[in-house]
Amino acid sequence: MGKTLFEKVWDNHIVDTVDGGQEILFIDRHFIHEVTSPQAFDGIRKRGIGLYDKNRIVATADHNVPTKDQHLPIKDELSRLQVDMLTHNCEEFDIDLYGLGHKNQGIVHVIGPELGVTKPGMTIVCGDSHTSTHGAFGAVAFGIGTSQVEQVMASQCLLVQRPKTMRIIIDGELGNGIYSKDIILYIISKLSTSGGTGHFVEYAGSAIRSLSMEARMTICNMSIEMGARGGMIAPDQTTFEYIKGREYAPSGQQWEEALAYWSTLYSDEDAVFDKEYVFNAEDIEPMITYGTNPGMGMGITQHIPTTQEVERPDNLLQSLHYMGLTPGASLLNTPVDHVFIGSCTNSRIEDLRIVADYVRGKKKADNVQAFIVPGSKQVEAQAKAEGLHDILFEAGFELRGPGCSACLGMNEDKIPKMEYCVSTSNRNYEGRQGPGARTLLVSPLTAAVIAVEGKVVDPRKYLNEEAPA
Amino acid sequence: MEKFSTLLSPAIPLVQENVDTDQIIPARFLKATSREGFGEHLFKDWRFDEQGHPKSDFILNNSEYSGSILVAGENFGCGSSREHAAWALVDYGFKAVVSSYFADIFKGNALNNGLLPVQVSPSSLKELLAAIQSNPMTGIEIDLEAQLLRVPEIGIQEHFEINPYKKTCLINGYDDIDFLLSQKEKISAFELKHIEF
Repeated sequence: MGKTLFEKVWDNHIVDTVDGGQEILFIDRHFIHEVTSPQAFDGIRKRGIGLYDKNRIVATADHNVPTKDQHLPIKDELSRLQVDMLTHNCEEFDIDLYGLGHKNQGIVHVIGPELGVTKPGMTIVCGDSHTSTHGAFGAVAFGIGTSQVEQVMASQCLLVQRPKTMRIIIDGELGNGIYSKDIILYIISKLSTSGGTGHFVEYAGSAIRSLSMEARMTICNMSIEMGARGGMIAPDQTTFEYIKGREYAPSGQQWEEALAYWSTLYSDEDAVFDKEYVFNAEDIEPMITYGTNPGMGMGITQHIPTTQEVERPDNLLQSLHYMGLTPGASLLNTPVDHVFIGSCTNSRIEDLRIVADYVRGKKKADNVQAFIVPGSKQVEAQAKAEGLHDILFEAGFELRGPGCSACLGMNEDKIPKMEYCVSTSNRNYEGRQGPGARTLLVSPLTAAVIAVEGKVVDPRKYLNEEAPA
Repeated sequence: MEKFSTLLSPAIPLVQENVDTDQIIPARFLKATSREGFGEHLFKDWRFDEQGHPKSDFILNNSEYSGSILVAGENFGCGSSREHAAWALVDYGFKAVVSSYFADIFKGNALNNGLLPVQVSPSSLKELLAAIQSNPMTGIEIDLEAQLLRVPEIGIQEHFEINPYKKTCLINGYDDIDFLLSQKEKISAFELKHIEF
């Protein structure tokens, strides 16, 4: 029997199998950030042991860095302490740090791929659930807790139970104005927020193959939102072209060898998955969430479910009460207060280009505060070089420095209570963007159109014929 | 890590499904650099209003209910990987969480902190929640050695699954790092033959 892509990469990293079927999995790259690492460093110190291999760790500050005045000391004392502690820990243990102010600083899941650290066939972990992003390169990448961060620091390994496998095939062509964010929100709305639990997902099919690397990252990024351990896509020419020439990409003879190996990373035809789903790209509309978990999403022209249409009406009502919405209603024409474009899901250069292309020569609506937080310093520099910053500025968008920002409201970028935020991020949980904040998750294009119209609209009605698909 | 053997306690019923780690501990409280003190922020926005007063309709503020077992709706702990969620539950005084389904990362984090996730069938969960709601002093017994959850009052006795290695760790208060450190030779030998680009 053939192997799945996941099995090929996973099996290549098994050091040993122990009691109860747990496996010792070797970890190639370990990303760390300021929030989930301090207690792990503490543990290493208390045990009086060193790091297994400092060269396999890459650090950045992202979760609670401010996005304004990044050159000044961080105002919030606790945030400053945590960021300073990361700097101190990286100095003490001699770890590469892309800290605040560094030209490579940014959201950990944006900088890994853009530096060429993320490569096919690797095992990658980080104390952050959106580590699944790196799976877009055909890596086994997943989020871990702080105790596991300490395990990897100490031994370069994790003791783990092998997940089951799942394949999600999306065949067909996406309609005009439909993006990879819509694909993943569609999948999660079908499978629910726990539909992937215990599984590692491979995304396949013609609609996936046609996507750029950045679009693929958006899909793998949100695998965790259906409970999956991670998501991955088989590397192909698109992947290789993206990696080539990046700072940590192999070159010369090594590149040829890498390419030969990477080209073997796909699911064999006779490989068997524990679960399989097939969807049709033509069925996917621009998506929007109406509730308080990412599974509560719908096509933007659809109506919110009624209490008769769901299994647990009490949960639906509680969620809609928080959101200030009514069962059975349409979201179209709902006025919006904020538009946030950012997060490890949608803050890369292509996302900014989509937004800038649409808002060029237009103005955001007066009732909307629109802000853009690029994923990294490199994305920010590229956007400036391409003139996107000027277009966005003229359209009335506020442009900030890189970080996780309003995706999780750890820094001062919070959405006020009961206000609606149309967001390109990944989670619409209660209070996620600030206490009482009401989040509507969408693609960057949908966010851009809504920013201009000031209310929820179907973006397809506002596209001219030559708009990029 | 504290050793876990048998637990006998009344429980607190949290009927919501899909309780995510942003509710268990909101991101703005993740700025601490130690593992202690997160209990005071457990379920912060469900537990307290903006002035910091306890919300009377939240179950942890209902003095009828007490105990070191949390019984929660399906898919508990989804979302962010923050181990702070497990630390907050432990710091508050919980030793076990019972649900019909746990999110993967949360489950791992709980086990690494001596907090036992006990997965029961959806029908048992329903009965259990109803029993606690009608009598808050309903005693629940969790026997880790025998892998049994017993509620004598309503005649429930249900076997639960746990990885044998993790069970040994919990019973003895060991953690994974001690084990992995003992495997260093094997790991180094693996690394020598491991090809990576």
